[in-house]
Amino acid sequence: MEKRDLSEIVRHHPFVNDLSEYHLNILISCVSNVRFAEGSYIFHEGEDATKFYLIREGKVALEIHSGEKGAIRVQTIGEGEVLGWSWIVSPYKWHYDACVIDNVRAFAFDGKCLRTKCEADHDFGYEMIKRFSQVLEQNLKAARYQVMDVYGR
Amino acid sequence: MNSNVGIDSMFPLPAQIRKVVWETEDTFTLLLEPDNGGSDFHFSPGQFNMLYAFGIGESAISISSDPSNKDNIAHTIHRVGSVTSVFSQLEKGDVIGLRGPFGNGWPVEKAKGKDVCIVTGGIGLAPLRPVLYSIFNNRKEYGKIFLLYGARSPLDLLYRVELEKWGKMKDVTVQVIVDRCDTSWKGHIGVVTKLFSYIKLNTANTIAMICGPEIMMKFTIQELSQRGVPPEQIYISMERNMKCGIGLCGHCQCGPKFVCKDGPVFALPQISQFLEKKEI
Repeated sequence: MEKRDLSEIVRHHPFVNDLSEYHLNILISCVSNVRFAEGSYIFHEGEDATKFYLIREGKVALEIHSGEKGAIRVQTIGEGEVLGWSWIVSPYKWHYDACVIDNVRAFAFDGKCLRTKCEADHDFGYEMIKRFSQVLEQNLKAARYQVMDVYGR
Repeated sequence: MNSNVGIDSMFPLPAQIRKVVWETEDTFTLLLEPDNGGSDFHFSPGQFNMLYAFGIGESAISISSDPSNKDNIAHTIHRVGSVTSVFSQLEKGDVIGLRGPFGNGWPVEKAKGKDVCIVTGGIGLAPLRPVLYSIFNNRKEYGKIFLLYGARSPLDLLYRVELEKWGKMKDVTVQVIVDRCDTSWKGHIGVVTKLFSYIKLNTANTIAMICGPEIMMKFTIQELSQRGVPPEQIYISMERNMKCGIGLCGHCQCGPKFVCKDGPVFALPQISQFLEKKEI
């Protein structure tokens, strides 16, 4: 798919709400269209975090391996959500495995390409930081809420 | 609505257990038939009964059955204390005491002509099940129905067969999420508020009904408010330690409100100032 066509679709994803046309174009310059089949892994813990993904369709489960308990799924990420923030935080390594549990169509953004553009254009970098801060804040709130075990006794 | 508020309401009637259904490892449903056969027993969705384990004590339990079904008055009970532990050991044919129904119930009449968004967690689905039955019994009078339901794990989900059935109904969206699970679960994982990402609410024409742990309700209210649902369209069910059930003893007092008599269901503006107070 042409970058120009992709931009028409990317602009409808909630992550890019209110992003200026100029910054959207910078973002689009690092995008590709990807698909992952159910049962496959998008990335594994410890690998270089080279991308982030805007999910268009399907569902991904983040897994932690905990020795004898095996894989524990801690979060799912679905349509309209963002998968991966480690591309923007040094040392740029994934902290989880990302298992596809429902066929995924997504936009993949090249992390190295974006980091270079963030360094070159700090306004764009600030936009990215603001948006990923929200992703991190939501994840942190959800993690605290889950730790509270509110449905337990 | 709250018909049993006289002195008679302090005397429990015997009610026979017709069936016990285990919903999860620690949650079960008692289907009861009052001594008079149940034909005179009318309740509104959201009301509760005081159930008495003879010689042990009483517990306030929401009615979880279809209001139009007079034969089986269901109570779904989480085994958490001495009274509910006794209930968990009872069998078909055993008799317990029943007082009620008490409280005001959910705004099912006010919701007619509107979309309904039900957000619930854990045992909180039980008092909202009668709302769903009422809506499905009068389906044309309501708009779209959204049920967002959170639980601790897949094994802790209540009414699994019905959840699946409801999810297949036209203009009914059922989204379920769990806090933790193994790799056999293919559904959502996370907190219940995350499910708002997957639905589109017509906020101006939606009545929201929330029941679950207070911290869950707090986050849900924040989410609904951010999405533009006005406070007067948000209803929550409060849980407090109830004793008399008729607003006399004060055990369930929440500010100037008696949860047993003025609630347990409140429109958000009626109760919001007390939700944030640690002492209350």
